[in-house]
Amino acid sequence: MSEIALTQTPIHIRHGSNIGQPLTRRDGVLKVTGAAKYAADQHPPGMLYAVLATSSIARGRVAHLDVAAAKAHPGVVDVITPANRPALALDPDEKSNPFMFRLDLLQTDRVRYAGQPIAIVIAQTLEAATEGASLLAPRYETEPARVGLDDGESTALQVVGPGFPAQAQRGDVETELAAAKKSITQTYETPAQYHNPMEPHAIVAAWEGDTLSIDTPSQGMAMAQGRLAGLFGIAPEKIHIRSPFLGGGFGGKGMISGPQVLGAIAARAVGRPVKLVLRRDQMYGPVGHRAPTRQTLRLGTDGDGALVGLDHHTKTMSSTFDDFFEPASTPSHTLYASTAIATSHAGVRADIGTPIFMRAPGEAPGSIALESAIDEMAQACGMDPLAFRLKNYAEVEPISGKPFSSKALRECYRQGAERFGWERRPLAPRQMRDRDGLLVGWGVGTATFPAVMFAAQAKAVLRRDGSGVMEIGAHDMGQGAWTALAQIAADGLGLDLDRLEFRSGTSDLPDAGIAGGSGHTATAGMAIYNAGADVIAKLADLATNDDHSPLFGAGNAGVVARGGRLFRRDDESRSESFSDILARAGLAQIEGRGAGGRPNPMEAHGQSDYAMHAHGAVFAEVKVDPELGQIRATRLVGAFAAGRIINPRMVRSQYYGGMIWGVSFALHEQAIVDRHSGRPMNANFAEYHIPVNADVPSLEAILVEEDDPHVNALGIKGVGEIGITGSAGAVANAVWHATGIRVRKFPITLDRLLEPQ
Amino acid sequence: MKTFDYVRPASVREAVSAAAAPGAAYLAAGTNLLDLMKGGVTRPDRLVDITHLPDLDRIENLADGSVRIGALVRNADLAHDRDFARRFPAIAEALLSGASAQLRNAASVGGNLLQRTRCAYFYDPASACNKRNPGSGCDARGGDNRLHAILGWSESCIATHPSDFCVALVALDAVVEIEGRAGRREIPLEAFHRLPGDSPDRESVLEPGEMIVAVRLPAEAARFAAHARYLKVRDRTSYAFAIVSAAAALRIEQGVIAQARIAMGGVALKPWRAREAEQILLGGRADTALFVRAATAALAEAKPSGDNGFKIVLARRVVARALALAAAGTPERMPALPGSPFAAASGVLAHV
Ligand SMILES: Cc1cc2nc3c(=O)[nH]c(=O)nc-3n(C[C@H](O)[C@H](O)[C@H](O)COP(=O)(O)OP(=O)(O)OC[C@H]3O[C@@H](n4cnc5c(N)ncnc54)[C@H](O)[C@@H]3O)c2cc1C
Ligand code: SF4
Repeated sequence: MSEIALTQTPIHIRHGSNIGQPLTRRDGVLKVTGAAKYAADQHPPGMLYAVLATSSIARGRVAHLDVAAAKAHPGVVDVITPANRPALALDPDEKSNPFMFRLDLLQTDRVRYAGQPIAIVIAQTLEAATEGASLLAPRYETEPARVGLDDGESTALQVVGPGFPAQAQRGDVETELAAAKKSITQTYETPAQYHNPMEPHAIVAAWEGDTLSIDTPSQGMAMAQGRLAGLFGIAPEKIHIRSPFLGGGFGGKGMISGPQVLGAIAARAVGRPVKLVLRRDQMYGPVGHRAPTRQTLRLGTDGDGALVGLDHHTKTMSSTFDDFFEPASTPSHTLYASTAIATSHAGVRADIGTPIFMRAPGEAPGSIALESAIDEMAQACGMDPLAFRLKNYAEVEPISGKPFSSKALRECYRQGAERFGWERRPLAPRQMRDRDGLLVGWGVGTATFPAVMFAAQAKAVLRRDGSGVMEIGAHDMGQGAWTALAQIAADGLGLDLDRLEFRSGTSDLPDAGIAGGSGHTATAGMAIYNAGADVIAKLADLATNDDHSPLFGAGNAGVVARGGRLFRRDDESRSESFSDILARAGLAQIEGRGAGGRPNPMEAHGQSDYAMHAHGAVFAEVKVDPELGQIRATRLVGAFAAGRIINPRMVRSQYYGGMIWGVSFALHEQAIVDRHSGRPMNANFAEYHIPVNADVPSLEAILVEEDDPHVNALGIKGVGEIGITGSAGAVANAVWHATGIRVRKFPITLDRLLEPQ
Repeated sequence: MKTFDYVRPASVREAVSAAAAPGAAYLAAGTNLLDLMKGGVTRPDRLVDITHLPDLDRIENLADGSVRIGALVRNADLAHDRDFARRFPAIAEALLSGASAQLRNAASVGGNLLQRTRCAYFYDPASACNKRNPGSGCDARGGDNRLHAILGWSESCIATHPSDFCVALVALDAVVEIEGRAGRREIPLEAFHRLPGDSPDRESVLEPGEMIVAVRLPAEAARFAAHARYLKVRDRTSYAFAIVSAAAALRIEQGVIAQARIAMGGVALKPWRAREAEQILLGGRADTALFVRAATAALAEAKPSGDNGFKIVLARRVVARALALAAAGTPERMPALPGSPFAAASGVLAHV
């Protein structure tokens, strides 16, 4: 918070600790009054505006740009194309790890997807830069675009997502399926989707010599620093990133994107600060998306409704030049017990921008397919879908056989079902109508998301005046890190929140790791907690070794920190304030450091003794007009167990957001890509549908208690992404239950429900 | 952005003469025009801002019982005018089913009539589009055309007119008042928009520089007030254009339909009046079988223009439902979800 002042200390009543309190956002007032400055709000003196020209073809090369016309436009300062783009220290196409994505930084005149940046126009005003970009009037040599899952080149996949094996199995799925009493085989399709955060990617970049200072939204400042350092050939410390607030990221701001780097290139070329903000339509190409999938599920049961075989195959898509394949088959590793399980992925390459992590990558599309298939299997067995899920409850992680570090899913089913009124659900579809004659359907879906941790550091300071400082370069994407992490910091330091200065959101602070994989609170939180413990241990040392202290002789383990004082654990009448301890020791302040995370961030996916996942159960009600087919989700109840809850208010918001995203996934969202040109045709908020208020059902999120002694010392899992999983499937299953029509191509639109009458 | 002249005339006469220059365009609230300019779809040389013209923002009840709506009346103001909404409930419902509250607060009556199609290929300057660039072709054919026309389309253009307001207006025989350099003329709204034919770039009967000054509803239009509804089926509950919509207005005397009006939206490049269907209803008793017969007649000429055959089935059902809703009677209060199939007959849903 070195440069950001959060003046607001929320009014709250503490009951012992800060953790667990439903505090309101500490940055709330700043945001609602407009005082919170986002990257694009910055306007350093002398700043110029950069606008990208982007390709309208998906494949080919740029044959001509009318640079002279653009330069002649009043106000235009410079035009950068592949012909004059300043040299970089690193080839943007070089890749040395799976988190390093190839970028389009005007390295050649090749076009590999629609919306690819092909030039930068820099001008005195945004309007002049915009017109300059349009005056470039590109001419292309166009080659036929490969657009769909069926016209790309097929690739055998070794890895999917950020490096998971593309194939996995346990038992012999073919034998089991062949011997199954009942079986189903169905194929489900999910469309391409775009992150669409409210705040577009934006950068304000300024160079001073070889020092780069930037304002840009980032979910991973240290990684961005590293990437920029490599490209510009400077030390990472020479790059200062400010990213105090994000207007949403959803994974799209995890890695620094090409356009952001182009902003820094432009600033360097003109020797002045430059602002580059993507237009909404420019967000559909160079900054990542979720690729479409086609998933085939084969399920088989014994005579009793117990799964014997589960085979989940995904076909998905990446760009022609880089790898990110949506790991959509992975939810089948964890959710349901089955004698044999096999998962696999195949990939095609098409002329699209490289897909990337998008909220619940793999889990979101995989879960809607799996949850639909589980429902279809339950139907084939004549069983209630919830009873079927309980029948196939996984006591250990199915793919690995490992015990779960904790799993309160049964309790989620129970509490959710009770609250929803599930027991009144008729088994057969198309049985329920409301008093207006609308069809009513109820569906359930199981939610799951791995408890991932990355690596983070934090620094803690206690000052003689009794206040404390916690420093960590964490990321608040809107989820509430400014608040939740400060709560952990206050407890870690044994201070009330109003005695704590929480510094975050800039790259000069200790690396908080990437804010992704729903792992930020756990990762950064553990670093903070450990830094607090470190400084408290030092303070305790000072006190317990000083015979003038009432705590003398208590030993390190024998004190607790609370409210700015150390107390003897065995005799709380003996205590001393932090200030007194420091004053007597003649110290202005003391410092501590802590780290958080697991040695291997992928541990949740393999190398631990425990399988670590959050779980949940979502129940959905939809209404459908029987003749017109129009659909509306009317009620969603989700019950989630995700370890320790730091701030229930913010966690509930995360669940609500996830559940709404689930409605969106099932009923609304899709990028419409022209099958000839490969251009997205609905790259705007009017036509790329997400739920509007009238589409958001009545929502209820139940926080099911779960104590996990294994995930980390604080017992934190993660809550950011799990809400989508389960919810999307529950809505899809409810549509079936309302209508008796099973739609397997998402989103479910009304034309698929227009039965001949 | 392209540089253009901006003029702000003080009178209609001045406006009309300022707009006579080639490349001029009227600017009302700009909710459509400015988007088109930002996207490079239209590049006018001169904007004639009519929002400061006097007297065009009034709703007047004329002596002969007709109502005159000034071209600058905001969509929201018209829909929320109590007297107007009471007399023309289907028009108010149509208005409130359109766009978003923010857009309706800005959008003008004239602008709504002249809003351009939402065909995605029209909005994408890199696509071939006969409407935007005559003779270049039509990429919507063979492209994504799920929402395109099923009536009145031609080989050169399969787009639809997106307005909701116009559908209800056409059903009620609205008349457009036009001012040009040669003076004032008027034309029924039904004849105002042109079907694409060979020149989809010519969208209305307006001559260059002509301006809409008002829309008039004849006295007779208010006689349907007890049985008038607008129904709009869309891909989400609000803030979406119609896949198909219909305005239905009936005059029922002693259980018998004495007069009927039906118009459809989202089906053609103009609001589509279904006169044959209206004839079928005359003298009949309001029942489902009759409504289905009328609806079938309304779509008799319909043909898919692409992957949109479902719209024919849907349109039939929308027309039949709109008639049934109208027959059931105009609700006392505007439904919380205007025009929606979820505008519950039995009251308001728990959340809206
Ligand atoms: C996201 C979005 C969603 C929408 N959804 C809907 C919807 O669901 N239903 C619906 O019906 N509409 C919808 N609209 C369209 C909206 O109703 C129109 O944009 C609006 O009515 C246009 O009015 P305006 O005053 O802003 O016109 P402008 O944008 O100012 O003008 C539109 C056109 O009309 C011309 N013009 C304006 N006034 C006159 C005049 N008096 N004489 C001659 N020419 C004139 C202009 O030159 C221009 O060509 C939506 C719009 C948006 C942006
Ligand atoms: S349908 Fe009409 S508006 Fe759309 S691309 Fe074809 S010609 Fe243009």
